[in-house]
Amino acid sequence: MSILVNKDTRLLVQGFTGSQATLHSEQSIEYGTNIVGGVTPGKGGQTHLGAPVFNSVHDAMEAVRPNASIIFVPAPFCKDSILEAADAGIKLIICITEGVPTLDMLVVKKRIDELGIQLIGPNCPGVITPGEAKLGIMPGSIHLPGSVGIISRSGTLTYEAVKQTTDLGLGQSTCVGIGGDPIPGTSFIDVLKLFEADDQTTAIVMVGEIGGTAEEEAAEYIRDHVTKPVISYIAGQTAPAGKRMGHAGAIIAGGKGTAADKIKKLQECGVHIAENLLQIGAKVKEVLG
Amino acid sequence: MNLHEYQGKELFAKFGLPVSSNRVITSADDAVKACRDIGGTKWVIKAQVHAGGRGKAGGVKLISSPEEAVDFSNYWLGKRLVTYQTDARGQLVSSILIEECTDIDQELYLSAVIDRGSQRIVFIGSSEGGVNIEEVAENTPEKIIYEPIDPLTGPMPFQARKIAKILGLNPEQSKQFSKMLPQLTDLFITHDLSLLEINPLVITQGGKLHCLDAKISIDSNAIYRQPEIQAMHDPSQEDPQESEAATHDLSYVSLDGNIGCMVNGAGLAMGTMDTIKYFGGAPANFLDVGGTATQDRVSKAFKIILADPDVKVVLVNIFGGIVRCDLIAEGILAAIEEVGVSIPVVVRLEGNNADLGSKILAESNAEIVSLNNLEDAAKKAVELSQ
Repeated sequence: MSILVNKDTRLLVQGFTGSQATLHSEQSIEYGTNIVGGVTPGKGGQTHLGAPVFNSVHDAMEAVRPNASIIFVPAPFCKDSILEAADAGIKLIICITEGVPTLDMLVVKKRIDELGIQLIGPNCPGVITPGEAKLGIMPGSIHLPGSVGIISRSGTLTYEAVKQTTDLGLGQSTCVGIGGDPIPGTSFIDVLKLFEADDQTTAIVMVGEIGGTAEEEAAEYIRDHVTKPVISYIAGQTAPAGKRMGHAGAIIAGGKGTAADKIKKLQECGVHIAENLLQIGAKVKEVLG
Repeated sequence: MNLHEYQGKELFAKFGLPVSSNRVITSADDAVKACRDIGGTKWVIKAQVHAGGRGKAGGVKLISSPEEAVDFSNYWLGKRLVTYQTDARGQLVSSILIEECTDIDQELYLSAVIDRGSQRIVFIGSSEGGVNIEEVAENTPEKIIYEPIDPLTGPMPFQARKIAKILGLNPEQSKQFSKMLPQLTDLFITHDLSLLEINPLVITQGGKLHCLDAKISIDSNAIYRQPEIQAMHDPSQEDPQESEAATHDLSYVSLDGNIGCMVNGAGLAMGTMDTIKYFGGAPANFLDVGGTATQDRVSKAFKIILADPDVKVVLVNIFGGIVRCDLIAEGILAAIEEVGVSIPVVVRLEGNNADLGSKILAESNAEIVSLNNLEDAAKKAVELSQ
């Protein structure tokens, strides 16, 4: 088993014919992902990367029955694309695009919650189940099928954790990048819940960063509901207060959200802390014994 | 992006919120006319910078003659105002706001933010205005209300009454506030704000609510659809290197150390800074070069990093995702030659074709130390910085 995506995932790509979507779709297909079609309004009827192009998600739904969608459309159009996929009945939506206005996400989040849809992102690297399917922009080659579930708010930092667990031969069950925006579609807690219920996952790595209180909330959830060992690294231990570090989420507001606060809370809740970025893999190995 | 107080008050006025009549000047020559235009015999004069704590730093003054306005303007225009919210260099004063004087009976606090927890716009109100609101939250939490706004319904009159009760308003003021709450929400949504703060919101001696200050931040992701706000951008309030980086789509924050950092991805950039610190070094900056580290972007990044005279060594940490490391290596070499980098550069490449990338760097003539392990690279950079 694994979570969210596997070899049976039938993927639809929104914004399919754009340059980023094309580049990453090629890589995903090469990895073995089943891309059943794509959407670019106005280009319906064409074939792109060997898959049919549709004018709308609804048209695609009727013709090729996708059960997941990945979005590469520019930020101003993401609200529309997410809600279109939701309206067409897709239950797993991954939005890669960065720069989506926060107020757009407030409305989107409320709607997808009502419909019971899992939205990953925006501003995220996507989801991969090694050896089965890659729905995102991560390099497939660093992954290895295995037992560690990885959740992260940051893209390249996820790759670092993946690489270390691969080098140690542990491998990954599924890796989920939830994105660094203030209003993410999926929280740490949503993914922790899935990993806890997944047989293949024996340990969970949670890579956090400064800003917000998502890690603190996750810590309490872990204390109360997660029986599997959780290893965490928090980036931004040396970031000065109040300075923005690229991610909209990484702002220290009112004394909350510092790396020290988060680490303290995680430790109190029984989470194993990798003090340094370099020690994530080693810490997992140590905890698993 | 942040706005000046006077710009915030322009928006307040546009949405029907009560603000004092005022004038903005950028030259002391206009100070007398500004006071005369406003009228009256007392004014408040305020230096305009993107930071709080101006009053305690001498940037706000009550004056009773236009000549005092001239003196104040002569003193502050072109100077940097240092407050507890700025860094040691302070913020440049390039404009000054002159307002009619308001007779204050009581000072209250009101703000609105996007709350990540409830995933709503939340209004925060307190009867304790004009003071440090964090202290109020810490010591007397019962004096603060947090009222979330449902995106479907917008603010309801009962919510205005709930906030009014905590603010301690009388029935007349409560009615006035019931009008203000939808106006504030409308402003927040129309202009894609991420923060709106009125501290203090005052009750005048005439018993009316009045916005005495305005602090507004706009969601940077939404600036593209806010042409009116774009026109309010004041680059003088930003670090010149940071704004230069922003024009090239690079995310840069200057820090106090001497190891320049160039990393792809914000999270990994912070992780790299932490690693440098862990081995006893000090990062000179945060720089996210973005997902595609092309020669052009790497060149721009080198220029920005090297503009900081404290930088003794540059650590490049790239986790090549889709872009092959050999291409990144070639980009780095071309950029080093183009920019004329004369200090040591430590490069760590990881990801697709990392070995080939390292080989290309090793065989070059440039002063590059290529290591494909972050621990070794960070240690080397720290050693070279000392």
